[in-house]
Amino acid sequence: MTPLEAFRDEVGATGPVCVRGGGTRWSVGRDPAADGAGPVREVRAPVGVEAFEPAEMTVRVGAGTPLVDLAAALAEHGQEVALDGPPGATVGGALMVGRSPLRRGRLGEATDALLQADCVGADGVAFTAGGPTVKNVTGYDLCRLLVGSLGTLALVGRVILRTHPIPEASAWLAGPVEPSAVSPLVHRPATVLWDGERTAVLVEGHAADVDDQMRRLSDLGMVPVDPPVLPPHRHRVEGGLSGAGVLEVGAGVVHRDEPATAPAVPNGVAALAARVRDSFDPERRLNPACDPHRVPV
Amino acid sequence: MALGLYSRDGSVTRGGRAGVVCFPETTDEVAACVRIAVAHGRAFVPRGAGTGLAGGAVPCDDPVVVATTRMDRIHEVDVERRFAWVGPGVVNLDLTRHLTGTGLHFAPDPSSQQSCTIGGNVANNSGGPHCLQDGVTSAHVLAVEVVLPDGEVVVLGDEEGRAVGYDLRGAFVGGEGTLGIATRICVRLCEDPPEVATLLLGFARVEDAAATVSAVIADGIVPAALEIMDQRVVEAVEPFVHAGYPTDAAAVLIVELDGLPAGVAAEVERITAIGHDHGAGTVRVAADEDERARIWKGRKSAFGAIAVIKPDYYLNDTVIPRTRLAEVLAKVYEVVDERDLIVMNVFHAGDGNLHPLIVYDAREPGVMERVLEAGEEIVRISVEAGGVLSGEHGIGLEKKRFMHLQFTDADLVAQDRLRRAFDLHGLANPAKVLPTGASCGHVTSLGRPPEGMWV
Repeated sequence: MTPLEAFRDEVGATGPVCVRGGGTRWSVGRDPAADGAGPVREVRAPVGVEAFEPAEMTVRVGAGTPLVDLAAALAEHGQEVALDGPPGATVGGALMVGRSPLRRGRLGEATDALLQADCVGADGVAFTAGGPTVKNVTGYDLCRLLVGSLGTLALVGRVILRTHPIPEASAWLAGPVEPSAVSPLVHRPATVLWDGERTAVLVEGHAADVDDQMRRLSDLGMVPVDPPVLPPHRHRVEGGLSGAGVLEVGAGVVHRDEPATAPAVPNGVAALAARVRDSFDPERRLNPACDPHRVPV
Repeated sequence: MALGLYSRDGSVTRGGRAGVVCFPETTDEVAACVRIAVAHGRAFVPRGAGTGLAGGAVPCDDPVVVATTRMDRIHEVDVERRFAWVGPGVVNLDLTRHLTGTGLHFAPDPSSQQSCTIGGNVANNSGGPHCLQDGVTSAHVLAVEVVLPDGEVVVLGDEEGRAVGYDLRGAFVGGEGTLGIATRICVRLCEDPPEVATLLLGFARVEDAAATVSAVIADGIVPAALEIMDQRVVEAVEPFVHAGYPTDAAAVLIVELDGLPAGVAAEVERITAIGHDHGAGTVRVAADEDERARIWKGRKSAFGAIAVIKPDYYLNDTVIPRTRLAEVLAKVYEVVDERDLIVMNVFHAGDGNLHPLIVYDAREPGVMERVLEAGEEIVRISVEAGGVLSGEHGIGLEKKRFMHLQFTDADLVAQDRLRRAFDLHGLANPAKVLPTGASCGHVTSLGRPPEGMWV
């Protein structure tokens, strides 16, 4: 029996069940009230990098693999994926939480990272979403639906991810300037952060281009800094920064010290989302205590 | 006459028939069209410019065709936050022209960009040569206002591209009109690169061009575009565009690099070296914007130029692992040669997206059978090599009979779950995409064209 078949059998066809990854973001989207509703069986997804093809820029990996282990395997060939997370976070966990990496300006969104997912449905039947190639419009895009779904539509055992070359050079700079003053001086920065007083920017790329951008930014009064430590809670904002916090410019995410509340969901969208969940999991047995609508951003 | 026009698209599918064609101008009018259709138990089929190549807009069994071509306003361009809200009927190239001078652009650039609409791009998750680095349409749609198949209007995603709950925006893009009708689209705008270099490499063997592509990717370079044209294409195109393509080469590779100057210069050097290592006879870097424009004009007018060779063509679209390009291309030529047909290859090599173009004269008796057989064989070869049925044209009517080559029954059931959640009544562009769906009465897809039919 392959690890994937064992995973399918463990998930089975009856009873509340979820996948436990690293448990680093276990509270995301979780309804504490629903937690007391009854026991939910926890299963583990297969672990290990199965097939890394640097020349294809794809990697097939068990969803239970820690992100750091995947990163180490990819780094041997100068590549990386568009997923990040706290120490201990797994590939599957990062995909199910679905947050884009801080370096999204260079790596793109988490939703674009997933090419194929080997899943087990609520009926206990194994199926595959997406396809192995970097470009694919065959059938419905279930992979994008799965990213950020908190394991409520299907449980993911193994995935194929798109990889990216690790940039040759990178540098964090910060200084008392507005983001609008920074953007004309850089091209596709990996990320731009704004706390209301200072802008921090991460520039990446060819060494000479990074040096050149650093020179221009230092003329503006910015200096090299260590990667900033962000406040723990993510809040959804439209456009600019208001109040205390650190804005990911262009991402509509502010990191603050205090916890965020779930956003309002328009009725039509909520109804459609409920139909999607019912369609995939009519009995609500997959990770029943979690709801993606409870995630602030 | 008008109904006839709306009975087909850019594919070889024939025999579709539109019941009624509506030209709504607002979201409310689209919702009204959908509600009326559903109230009468009639199917509806969304339609943009009708340039699709898989039959996705071909009406089956007299449905209500909802043409969004009049919803062609660019509502808002936010240069600072880098997005634009557009109507689904806005022509792809018109948006690009509108953005001239802003330093921003909309990245997806299908070869049909002079006529295809952004609504169509969303429905088909369209690509184009410049999607190698930045991804296809899905990566460039931040939000979309949709009239769902029950007439309800929702906005999926937001101006930052974030979902509330499930990424229904991501699920909707590429739905081929079976999940609803996009009525307003918020597209991501990308920064124009400060530096662009376009290289033209000529090879004596197609395999060498393909091997060069694999080697470039393996070297960790992701160019903005990486395209191959074989000799037949080059010979057909060069007299029209005078791009200076080497007509004696068996294959031409177009590589475009963009970014900051030092990185671009370094990559030009590396690709030149990789090209020479793989037997490139010529390596030329476009000297100016005019030369660059002519190189791309040739690439994008390839499908028009082939009319000088044969009157009809059948264009396929599959994706294969890019490490296996050389080997699969050799098989494609073999399959077509065996059937005494002519194939021209012009394709997005960088992401392994093949576009074998079989040219033929439909008046020749028995030729259609051979064309269809070759097409089917190319799909089979691609899937066997670890590839997929479609990279950018979609499934529509043309490829749904091949879905079982790539997917198991369980895979298709899962896809159908998504469709049913959106389309409760089964009236949104039915009979498309999934082989499990309803059949399409009198439409002749690629299955068995009746004798004497103009395909």
